[in-house]
Amino acid sequence: MSTIHVPTLAQMTAEGKAPEVLFWVGCAGSFDDRAKKITKAFAKILQHVGVSFAVLGTEEGCTGDPAKRAGNEFLFQMQAMMNIQVLNGYEVKHIVTTCPHCFNTLKNECPELGGNYTVEHHSQFLNGLLKAGRLKIEGGQFRGKKITFHDPCYLGRANGEYEAPRELLEKLDVELREMRRCKQNGLCCGAGGAQMFKEAEKGTAEINHVRADEALETQAEIVVAGCPFCNTMLTDGVKNREKEAEVQVLDLAEMIALAEEL
Amino acid sequence: MSFLPQLVFAVVLIAAIWRFSKKAVTIARNIHLGKAQSISDNPGARRANMLRVAFGQSKMQARPVAGVLHFIVYAAFLIINIEVVEIIVDGLFGTHRFFAPYLGSVYPIIIGFFEILAVLTVIAVVIFWWRRNVAKLDRFHKPEMKGWAFTDANNILYIEVALMFALLNMNAVESLLPGGHEAFIVSSSIASLWSGLPEGTLHLLERGFWWVHIVGILAFLNYLPYSKHFHIILAFPNTYYANLKSKGQFENNTAVMKEVALMMDPNADPFAAPAPDAAAPLERFGAKDATDLSWINLMNAYTCTECGRCTSECPANLTGKKLSPRKIMMDTRDRIEEIGQNIDANNGTFQEDGNSLLGHYITPEEIWACTSCNACVQACPVDIDPLNIIMKLRNYATMEESSAPSELNAMMTNVENNGAPWPFSQMDRANWTNE
Repeated sequence: MSTIHVPTLAQMTAEGKAPEVLFWVGCAGSFDDRAKKITKAFAKILQHVGVSFAVLGTEEGCTGDPAKRAGNEFLFQMQAMMNIQVLNGYEVKHIVTTCPHCFNTLKNECPELGGNYTVEHHSQFLNGLLKAGRLKIEGGQFRGKKITFHDPCYLGRANGEYEAPRELLEKLDVELREMRRCKQNGLCCGAGGAQMFKEAEKGTAEINHVRADEALETQAEIVVAGCPFCNTMLTDGVKNREKEAEVQVLDLAEMIALAEEL
Repeated sequence: MSFLPQLVFAVVLIAAIWRFSKKAVTIARNIHLGKAQSISDNPGARRANMLRVAFGQSKMQARPVAGVLHFIVYAAFLIINIEVVEIIVDGLFGTHRFFAPYLGSVYPIIIGFFEILAVLTVIAVVIFWWRRNVAKLDRFHKPEMKGWAFTDANNILYIEVALMFALLNMNAVESLLPGGHEAFIVSSSIASLWSGLPEGTLHLLERGFWWVHIVGILAFLNYLPYSKHFHIILAFPNTYYANLKSKGQFENNTAVMKEVALMMDPNADPFAAPAPDAAAPLERFGAKDATDLSWINLMNAYTCTECGRCTSECPANLTGKKLSPRKIMMDTRDRIEEIGQNIDANNGTFQEDGNSLLGHYITPEEIWACTSCNACVQACPVDIDPLNIIMKLRNYATMEESSAPSELNAMMTNVENNGAPWPFSQMDRANWTNE
């Protein structure tokens, strides 16, 4: 395991340098132990490829996505304005993030409030590197493995991106097995709309258990997600069926980092 | 004496059109009880969306069985209605098959084509009826589908079969009459059902079927505004005014934008006297009642044909929660109808009735079960957006009532205090780089 060097945008600016891209880590990626692994995997890939990048570090704050979806437009806009002030202050042009919720908010809801950036989900950014010939992916340990991909709602239906993650997976020479409900018809993991932070309403089942069952139905050995919240929900769903020993839940970035033995 | 049928026809026709127009105007009035929302962007893309989704029924085909059957009924409706032009001309001027001499040998081909469509419609409608009443597809039997919703759905199917039955038999009986037009491709094979009847009876039957067909169509027209079947009209404007942006882009509340801009402005004087226009009533954040929604939301509600594709894709509904996006739309429509009737009963002004959309029709339990996943929006064949209404109701619940679930309040407090939904210090954000 190589070490990672992650400069903050403040440090780079002080040195008179500007990064190629700002890595927006997000709250889950900064604080959640499971999501931090995704963050590190992605940072390692960036470093390995030689992409000059920086993070905001302590200057980053929640995009306000969960507040907005919980109905608190006021708090959302306060968060958005604070972040936009920071981003515009550094003249940020290009942002990449491993969280589809941050991605959606920064890409779609900030321009009207004065924040105009090129925003990419890490699957899109990595796919761009791949197409530009900067990132080379070989199947490595995943060659021939049965995997399935769960479309995050805020990447898929919300922003119409279904192919970038699949094209990356293809490069890993895996056997992609689609779930019954995928792409436009993909079933939510149950975390969106601020559900991550509350108990579900009374019902007959948990959404993440149903979704994990659909993933298990494909006989996949690895369930791939592209969102730290989906990751948590599906991991819990796999555990619900006591399959955690046989079936892994991994992020796209982790798959690539592992395949490249980073 | 010979003018009597023409006179009766003219009266029936005018009365039907007048009554329908009156009700349509009321619905338009009700829709505009919603907040103004100007949509004038991208007319080309909007027309293309309307052509694709409403005229071309592209989203219906996501479920091929219902999609193909519905396309048959829809195409038959559009095409057979060309014949209604002839029926109206005949009815008003006392002619009989006015277009036949002009079209010559093409006429039997055209009417024969209509007859084939009529048979296909009957087949499709029978399958629809079977799916709803015998196979009992789950989405047709959710709690909100009890009562009128269920009756209405079957009424439409019965009316459609009756209309097609009248059309085919009218042609069949006529072919048996001396001087009548010869039968067409389908009616020729059912004419034998009526053969052997006295000429007078056949004549009465022919006229009877003619009247049943046209009066049936006019009655159906007047049934539309009370029915989910109104979608055949509103599907077009509804898809024209549909959201063309990314589904993940939720609108930013403009009233809040002003407040936030003021708060972020270091030069703003917190003790300044209110601006002169502050006398205007304070706008409510979000929606409590149907009139707090936009006219687009209300048009969505009147467009809903209660097919339930949204509900059958909803992750909350799939896991037994009370939320059903279809019910959100039906409740919105029922409430704005109630408000409209209240206004009509009280000489044009709304008398407070103590009801509201959130609370009396839609419960907090329903709106808080939503994951904002957009599956309902994706599934709707006519581009209805139930999620937009749910979010406006949440805006009201959170910003005006402070009634969000307590865990969400805790989450929001964290965001406010330390910039993350969990109680971690913002100063620790970059700790992962050293772990």
